Amino acid sequence: MLEHFNKAFESKARLGIMSVLMVNESLSFNALKELLQLTDGNLATHLRALEEQGYVSVQKQFVGRKPNTTYAATDEGRTAFSQHLNALEAFIRSGAVQETK
Amino acid sequence: MDSPNQSLETLTEIRDLMQRSSKFLSLSGLSGIFAGIVALAGALVAYLRLKTDALSYDGMSNVSALTRGEMMRFVLLDGTIVLILALIFGVFFTIRKARQSGQSVWNNTSKRLVFSLMIPLVTGGIFCLAMFYRGILWVSFPATLIFYGLALLNASKYTVRDVEYLGICEVILGLISLFMTGYNLLVWALGFGVLHIVYGTFMYFKYDRKR
Repeated sequence: MLEHFNKAFESKARLGIMSVLMVNESLSFNALKELLQLTDGNLATHLRALEEQGYVSVQKQFVGRKPNTTYAATDEGRTAFSQHLNALEAFIRSGAVQETK
Repeated sequence: MDSPNQSLETLTEIRDLMQRSSKFLSLSGLSGIFAGIVALAGALVAYLRLKTDALSYDGMSNVSALTRGEMMRFVLLDGTIVLILALIFGVFFTIRKARQSGQSVWNNTSKRLVFSLMIPLVTGGIFCLAMFYRGILWVSFPATLIFYGLALLNASKYTVRDVEYLGICEVILGLISLFMTGYNLLVWALGFGVLHIVYGTFMYFKYDRKR
């Protein structure tokens, strides 16, 4: 069962990023930062890792003169994250069964 | 992933993040209560000044004390003051609640909330002004209730579910009021006053007190 745990989502920060991107079409870097309470460097590192996996897509635009980067979950990312959550759920269930024995 | 307990915690956190990022939860019950009180006061002032039957469909023809123009200006002024005061209280308590729970007020979700609220509301506002312009005063009272209810219904996807029920109740009251024009002001006071106070109190005990 543990083989379904996705290494890409092992850190709490990455789980957080994926969960908010699942329910929002796209979010800016600053919105993510505020929601997850991460530092710039930390968030950027995790986002890059997820981007390299192909789970998150990045879009760079300009609002006036300010650069505005928004992030969205890719289809691949959504599938992978759902699978990871299912594995997590199954894992918890199995634990609960063991405890009641 | 060390233990099921830890995984459970992670799931709870994920759930919380998903909700926090897609719904604006800082609406305060107190906003509703104060908006209701302001609306009741506004309705009372209107009642004392106009006597209700002047606002009904039949009553429009035999206006006694006030001329039509005076009456319209008065209703417009009264309504605008109520709206502004209710908005001020609403924004104030929302900011206060957001600060208390350490969240920002002007973020993605609140922008979407305001946007989805404003479209039906502005449409309704312009509709009522057009009715005023044409001298059809009585329609504005049910219309404000109906459009406000639709606005709430539309905005409820971005906040707590309870707002949806308030919206439905306002729409129903507005529709009833269309057929009972003699009770226009009374139904309006019921919708904007009493319903808001009931909803606000309910929300206050359900969400605000726990924190």
